[in-house]
Amino acid sequence: MMNDQSIEAHTLSVLVENAAGVLARVIGLFSGRGYNIESLTVAEVDGEAHMSRITIVTSGSPMVIEQIKAQLSRIVPVSRVTDLTVEAEAIEREMALVKVTGTGEKRVEALRVSESFRARVVDTTHESFVFELTGAKTKIDAFVQLMRPLGLKEVSRTGIAAIARGPEAM
Amino acid sequence: MNDTNTDHMTGAEIIIKALHDQGVEHIFGYPGGAVLPIYDEIFKQDWLHHILVRHEQGAAHAAEGYARSTGKCGVLLVTSGPGATNAVTGLTDALMDSIPLVCITGQVPTHLIGSDAFQECDTVGITRPCTKHNYLVKSVDDLAEIMHEAFYIATSGRPGPVVIDIPKDIQFAPGSYMSPEKISKASYQPPKKGDLNGIREAAELIASAKKPVFYTGGGVVNAGPVASKLLREFVGLTGYPITSTLMGLGAFPASDDQWLGMLGMHGTYEANMSMHDCDVMINIGARFDDRITGRLDAFSPHSKKIHIDIDPSSINKTVHVDVPIVGDVAHVLEDLIRIWKETACSPDKTALAEWWQEIEAWRQVNSLGFEQSGSIIKPQYAVQRLYELSKDKDVYISTEVGQHQMWAAQHFHFEEPNRWMTSGGLGTMGYGLPAAIGTQIAHPEALVIDIAGEASVLMNMQEMSTAVQYNLPVKIFILNNEYMGMVRQWQQLLHGGRYSHSYSEALPDFVKLAEAYGATGIRATNPDELDEAITQMINTPGPVIFDCVVSKDENCFPMIPSGKAHNEMILAGEPADVEVSEEGKALV
Repeated sequence: MMNDQSIEAHTLSVLVENAAGVLARVIGLFSGRGYNIESLTVAEVDGEAHMSRITIVTSGSPMVIEQIKAQLSRIVPVSRVTDLTVEAEAIEREMALVKVTGTGEKRVEALRVSESFRARVVDTTHESFVFELTGAKTKIDAFVQLMRPLGLKEVSRTGIAAIARGPEAM
Repeated sequence: MNDTNTDHMTGAEIIIKALHDQGVEHIFGYPGGAVLPIYDEIFKQDWLHHILVRHEQGAAHAAEGYARSTGKCGVLLVTSGPGATNAVTGLTDALMDSIPLVCITGQVPTHLIGSDAFQECDTVGITRPCTKHNYLVKSVDDLAEIMHEAFYIATSGRPGPVVIDIPKDIQFAPGSYMSPEKISKASYQPPKKGDLNGIREAAELIASAKKPVFYTGGGVVNAGPVASKLLREFVGLTGYPITSTLMGLGAFPASDDQWLGMLGMHGTYEANMSMHDCDVMINIGARFDDRITGRLDAFSPHSKKIHIDIDPSSINKTVHVDVPIVGDVAHVLEDLIRIWKETACSPDKTALAEWWQEIEAWRQVNSLGFEQSGSIIKPQYAVQRLYELSKDKDVYISTEVGQHQMWAAQHFHFEEPNRWMTSGGLGTMGYGLPAAIGTQIAHPEALVIDIAGEASVLMNMQEMSTAVQYNLPVKIFILNNEYMGMVRQWQQLLHGGRYSHSYSEALPDFVKLAEAYGATGIRATNPDELDEAITQMINTPGPVIFDCVVSKDENCFPMIPSGKAHNEMILAGEPADVEVSEEGKALV
């Protein structure tokens, strides 16, 4: 397995002390050692314990993924690293805000598509919508793709948040 | 210190008390605006000995020499801005070689941070990738805890440098002290004991080997003298051959019959051939560095590999291993020896005898051989004579980086750990003189020699002033070939003999230079006068610069050219026009 050179994407959950510079350490590790970051999200998840959770989607050969996990664990304020792709069946979700402008038939079509994606309209004017959409990355990709000919103006995406299924915590 | 009221102290007083409680006796440093309150506290006491260096890089290397020769944490104190940036090379060096350092840097006052103030730089940003951990102290209330935590992190697990950046207002601010006893950090749990199942598996594999080799590294030295003792015991129990990286020299005595010499790019023929042909490799505290492995896809192709390392990220980083054991080398060796004895493991004596016969044949190649003839001193001969004339003393060796470093590793032989200070991972020219100074501070009565090249030593030559100021009798033994020898060698072998900027056109007269510093200068140009000159150097009480004029075009052999495998070494006397692939040329 270790000599396997196939590149695969992994979703890593990294629990860190919410100390100054900790995000810079994580990002610096990826840039300094030439690893990929496909998506990265971070927010405090426990205010009392000052813990933040960083979710990173990265890709590499099995040997590189193992190395990334070991290097992350080496960072002093990192308290735990979990590979959700390997260690647990995980739920991955992303949220997007999508601004679409247009009038007439295109506007109606945009609204119709948004309904079939269960997107919510969170802002509207006579010539624009802002849709809020949550789902797997592929769902958001598909939605954005469909909106493109319908007057897509801009997209803001959160990146992936992920958590393991079942009763266990990381 | 005990009468200090620990509730009302300034930041600077807290720093000094923390150093005291951490058992620090020596600190290498250079003052400046942002550390003046700390220097004021240093002025007021007499137990902490401050060594004034001449450049902050020197402070870092001196602290490294101090740490490597004692096993203790090295400490340095530098000012903000250029003080901190000058220390960066030394910090990176310590990170690469896993040397415990605590580096205190001054910072501009908190309210000026981010304003491009005079002598401001983003010290934690700059040093983040070259330290094990770093801190910017934002409140005096955190200061004592950070100080103690820094020492804990620097010295535990895989050791490394830790920076504490302290704004000047925090140094003046009143705060309270806490003692070091209660330091623990939930997110930082360095491993100690290795997994017993892994160790049992390792013991079985070791016992079943027909062509085994021990490959040991700096981790053995870092795990303390007890690790070296246990290594000797275990290697003795097995009767197996042992080689070591540059960093691990001295952990196993060079005089022992089982010792194969150093391995790697300039390692011995027998060590590299054993690594290539072995069936079981026992890596203890080494990290499969590219200087060791040569071409990765041809590295020891037929062996099962055991890897003992305290750092999980060293496992399977470049070389896949069959039995990984994460733990402190001393603890793992202790368990390994116990299990070895309990299960009455015994090696295959016949196979081992045959293996030793093969090794003996490789030894006969005499890959470190050289011929000293004529009136010009060969650099290998100079190191050999230096070794012979100093080996019975309490001797510590540091080096700069280049050919002389490799000749020192090949021809100076070490019986004990912590005697050999050299920049392995980073390859920092200018390391040796300040490292010798740090070593001499820790061992005032010892004979400390910097085996140097004339190019490297000039990179931190200013530290001669430090040696003279503190009357440190360091001996700088320069193998002077007027070239950046290793650069010249690579240009000869890989770049068609186009010696682009590797010749030093205007070297100083090193004897006069020594005298200018108030030290002693000695020169030897002829093999016949070498012994007497070395003896004179050893017997001179103060610092000495020894200008050993050696042959200019000597190459360092044996050598695994870049991009080649262990069994493709070039030996001295073989045609030197190596064919190196384009891929190999691109390697460093």
